[in-house]
Amino acid sequence: MQLPKALRNTSLVVGAAITLTIVLLAIFAPAIATHGVEQMDMRNRFAGPSFQHLLGTDNFGRDLWSRLIWGARVSLTIAIIAVVCSVIIGTIVGLVAGYFGGWVDLVLMRITDIFLGVPAIVLALAIVAILGPGVMNVALALIVVAWTEYARVVRATTLVLREQNYVQAARALGARPSRILFKEILPNALGPIIVLASLGLGTAIIAESALSFLGFGLPPPTPTWGWTLAYGTKFIRDEPWLSIISGATIMITVLGFNLLGDGLRDVLDPRQLSRGGGKS
Amino acid sequence: MIAYIIRRLLLLIPLAIGMVVVTFALLLIIPGDPASVLLGQEATPEAIATLRANLGLDDPWYIRLWDYFAALAHGDMGQSIFQSQPVSTIIAGRLAATIELAVVSLVLATILGLVLGVISAIWQGSIIDTATMLLAQLGVSMPVYWLGLLLMLLFAVNLGWLPAIGRGEPLLDALAAALSGRPEVLIKSLSHIALPAFALAVNSAAIISRLVRTSMLEILREDFIRTAYAKGLRRPRVIVRHALRNALLPVLSVIGLRFGALLGGAVLTETIFAWPGLGQLTISAISQRDLPLIQGIVLTFAIIFALVNLIVDLLYAAVDPRIRLG
Repeated sequence: MQLPKALRNTSLVVGAAITLTIVLLAIFAPAIATHGVEQMDMRNRFAGPSFQHLLGTDNFGRDLWSRLIWGARVSLTIAIIAVVCSVIIGTIVGLVAGYFGGWVDLVLMRITDIFLGVPAIVLALAIVAILGPGVMNVALALIVVAWTEYARVVRATTLVLREQNYVQAARALGARPSRILFKEILPNALGPIIVLASLGLGTAIIAESALSFLGFGLPPPTPTWGWTLAYGTKFIRDEPWLSIISGATIMITVLGFNLLGDGLRDVLDPRQLSRGGGKS
Repeated sequence: MIAYIIRRLLLLIPLAIGMVVVTFALLLIIPGDPASVLLGQEATPEAIATLRANLGLDDPWYIRLWDYFAALAHGDMGQSIFQSQPVSTIIAGRLAATIELAVVSLVLATILGLVLGVISAIWQGSIIDTATMLLAQLGVSMPVYWLGLLLMLLFAVNLGWLPAIGRGEPLLDALAAALSGRPEVLIKSLSHIALPAFALAVNSAAIISRLVRTSMLEILREDFIRTAYAKGLRRPRVIVRHALRNALLPVLSVIGLRFGALLGGAVLTETIFAWPGLGQLTISAISQRDLPLIQGIVLTFAIIFALVNLIVDLLYAAVDPRIRLG
């Protein structure tokens, strides 16, 4: 991956800029947020954007800009936990299934089929309903529905890579399977995994906000984006601003991760992997 | 071909068994007690114990699992805890509405995706191409429930053109009514489905349009396209008859997968537009911890998923003579 090529990719640059901004806002939320999450200002209920309240206020006069920035922390934390764990589980399952083949592959892939066979949101809802709300429980629900995609992609990549000469050579030299999987195959399968993970962060943010929107996410006073959006719908007739802004925040964040993923795909070109093989 | 279909249908059985075991395992660790939820906070411990016994909640898990399978073999999904009706009856009453919504959305998404994808491929690099792909990128990134709210706000609340919530007569019935001289019934049904179907379709339309564009761009560079032009054929004919036909193949498999995604999206869309389908039922079943109903819904979704995949594979083989099933 050469730097000039990466910088010429508009998707990558715009996507990286958006995600970096959101991540920085979330990290420095205490310094950037102008008000407390629950700080009320009853004289300024449903205020429009002003210097005092950058994005206006809700029915209690709570500052929307501050709530959204604190909400970014929640959304990003859950999304990152969910994606990292999904990547780890999916990668191990995919590597093992693809490399060993036979009945190991058969069993692992049938298990993934079971998880792929129900709409993700239904499965996630059921899990959160069972475990109750909480950062780890919501993340767990997202992991249960997301790991299968990584497993399938890593398995497909492994099937191609295990026939490559350098893998065969390592095997002929007597390398143990764990060494072949993690030292020879995994580094060359990283391209598609990184691309998927970037797109997966966007999906996780949408899924988390959907759970919150339906009332199955983290309970208030945690200012999740989905909850703020759902709360805004109570006043949508007269004050649509609240729901519109919180939805736009979700969309822009997801757009950032999607553009980043698309850009990375162009730059890393996973297709080159299956054609040329070899280490890059 | 028939042997293949039978084999695929038989493969549904282990899938269904796996699905039931997984949902059973999940529901076993449920902390809330459906019996106490059902009877409310003032229920006596005796009343709760009696109800638990009646619902079979006191039996060990393997007996409950076995009983469930035994009943399922007879097509019985059990009794809903809260609605005192068979689960299969409740689901059957809701299934048609969800399938109607998903099918209409899929048709919309396919048409939109094809048109936008072909347009941006033909004018690759132009402003139209950039604008279309930007639109597609936004469509992929937009939460479906937010788009639904925005559409409702604009077309139902502000402009008052379309109804905000609910469903008219089922589309097929409405079509029959229109044919027998009552077009207003069909218009009412269409006006009700327009917003939820469009909200649900946008995400899939965006994905399909990107795929059509890529696939068309590859095909348009092929030799046989140059040959077609060299023969003196006109551009619209080359694009539709030669290029699009071949570009459709990879799109077909994605359209099938999208149907599954649409069913999932329906859970959110139905909640917003009060569309009386499986999605709404899912939310209420999960809020009430109605175990048999949740299980029945998950199983129903799984079977529809599997059947749609089978249909897509069959269509694939029908369209592409190079693919042989077996």
